[in-house]
Amino acid sequence: MIKIHQLSKKYKGADYFSVMDLDLHVKEQEIFGLLGPNGAGKTTLISMLCSLIKPTSGSFSINGRTFKENKNELKQLIGIVPQEYSLYPTLTAYENLAYFGSMYGLKGSELKNSIDEHLEILGLTRFAHKKIDSFSGGMKRRVNLIASILHQPKVLFLDEPTVGVDVQSKNVIIDHLKQLNAEGTTMIYTSHHLNEAENFCSRVAIIDEGKIISKGIPSDLIAKQANAHNLEDVFIAITGKALRDHA
Amino acid sequence: MHKLIASAYKETLLLSRDLGGLAILFVMPLVLVITITLIQDSSFKTINDTKIPVLVVDLDKGSVSQSIFEGLSTSNSLEIITKASEEEAKRAVFNGEYQLAIVIPENLSAVLQKKVNYNVEGILAKFGLEEDSLQIAESVPKRMEIILYFDPATQQSFKSSVKNGIDRMISQIETQSIYKAFQEQLSEDEEEAIFETERFISYKEMVPTKDSKDIIPNSAQHNVPAWALFAIFFIIVPLSINMVKEKTQGTFVRLRTNPVHYATVLGGKTVVYLTVCLIQFSLMLIIGVYLFPAIGLPTLDVAGRLPLLFTVAAFAGLAAIGLGLLLGTVAKTQEQSAPFGATFVVILAALGGVWVPVFVMPKFMQLVSNLSPMNWGLNGFYDVFLRNSNLKEILPEIGLLFMFFIITTVISIVYNEKKNAI
Repeated sequence: MIKIHQLSKKYKGADYFSVMDLDLHVKEQEIFGLLGPNGAGKTTLISMLCSLIKPTSGSFSINGRTFKENKNELKQLIGIVPQEYSLYPTLTAYENLAYFGSMYGLKGSELKNSIDEHLEILGLTRFAHKKIDSFSGGMKRRVNLIASILHQPKVLFLDEPTVGVDVQSKNVIIDHLKQLNAEGTTMIYTSHHLNEAENFCSRVAIIDEGKIISKGIPSDLIAKQANAHNLEDVFIAITGKALRDHA
Repeated sequence: MHKLIASAYKETLLLSRDLGGLAILFVMPLVLVITITLIQDSSFKTINDTKIPVLVVDLDKGSVSQSIFEGLSTSNSLEIITKASEEEAKRAVFNGEYQLAIVIPENLSAVLQKKVNYNVEGILAKFGLEEDSLQIAESVPKRMEIILYFDPATQQSFKSSVKNGIDRMISQIETQSIYKAFQEQLSEDEEEAIFETERFISYKEMVPTKDSKDIIPNSAQHNVPAWALFAIFFIIVPLSINMVKEKTQGTFVRLRTNPVHYATVLGGKTVVYLTVCLIQFSLMLIIGVYLFPAIGLPTLDVAGRLPLLFTVAAFAGLAAIGLGLLLGTVAKTQEQSAPFGATFVVILAALGGVWVPVFVMPKFMQLVSNLSPMNWGLNGFYDVFLRNSNLKEILPEIGLLFMFFIITTVISIVYNEKKNAI
């Protein structure tokens, strides 16, 4: 589904590569977790895959297509749940969703049904006509997710979709994502919640300093690592305890 | 088309939720037009109706000073206050109590008469009509000066008009004196009129006409289009802020991942902000037609001109929106877009002739002025309001405004594509 070949990114003015010579193959209907410390290159990788930033070198394809050749077709195929709330605060949840759904070409009853269905599943129906700036963090996260999945994308990029939300919101979000995956959506997911990743992802890659240093099925990685009881133990064992601060 | 409509609807919602912004968009231009027209109209009235007090020190007490007094009195714009001493008048003016003092020097009438006699007798002697010309030639009268004291804060234009007025009066007095001297020399009978001394050449001001009526410009005809244009161009500030907000809120990131062309996003904004411009303009016309007469200002005459006025306003609005889209595309923060936008509009207005007419600018600035879209818009409005032009005659101006919109929008799209190329 997603094939990445020797992908690198060095930001203008930086003296290091955020992503370096990365090779990866994500299969169809996988939930692939990208795990790593701050500044490891997770968001940079997702941003390149979503056409938000230009790679310095290397290439990738999604479902056999590239952005250079099939830009709009590919954009229709993917969805991105950004780390920041990408919503208009003075518009209601429904107005935000109607607008972003329209940008994917949805209209009329198809658009309305999709919005209503997702609002219902994520427990937001009674807040549909309230402005986003009156929402809690968890509610905004859920609307942020719906705005990215209204058009039923084949591939969904999730950049820390549950950061800063309560357990209840997190569970609703994760359950809905699992449901979407079961219906055929491939997912690339980044998070610092390693327990969540362990349960949610079918495969994970641990990235540090722009490179994949380990990848596999979470249970296999735990089994291979001596004295590891969970993914967090594996993560610490591989990446160490040193801080990763970049400026 | 569906995406364009959705974008326009979203922009409408965003604007309608920002009541403060809407108030600024619609109320401030109206306040601006009313304030400026009141000030300018009262300035005209000050010149035409109100008398400016002028100090006159008459040390001459002769026919010349009498003529000057008469000339100043008939100007209708000056109130003459006589002072006994030059020092007293000078102090009052330099203290800012009065704008102007005129000091007529001692013996001015006598010396002027002497000079005129000297010239006339000299001429007559050349024709052999004067017997003692050699005696006259030895007593050439010295030059004399009327002294003007101006308050240093006085505007240059007022100074110039006073100086020109006094100069004209003196020339007239000199001419009259010459005629009189010739009369005395050539005729025994003082009552006999040898010369016709009335002015031979006068002038008549011709103005454009509409339906056989003269189009007489008033302060409303000048101010409403000029300041309406200024307000229309101020749309670039909220528009660019709207675009920068999308970047800082993260919604622009989402839009970049959506299968929608940047031109569609800009198209939605263009439709809504152009509507705002036209509503702004309509409100300003309504104010000019209905409110101005109610508050003692001249009425804005829009009869038979509305379609052309809205055509110019629409194209001026497009030019302003193009600029706003470009600024919003390039700027990264509101701190960049808002001050730059506001200052740039003021510069464009200054260059465009909104404050100072283009013809009084230095040659170089006149050339630069041709590059200001506000100049094209203002000329378009003046063509319709004051020159009675038709659609064909305003095509050059609206063509330039449209080209400006196209060029700025294309630059915005190309810049965005290049910046986000993958």
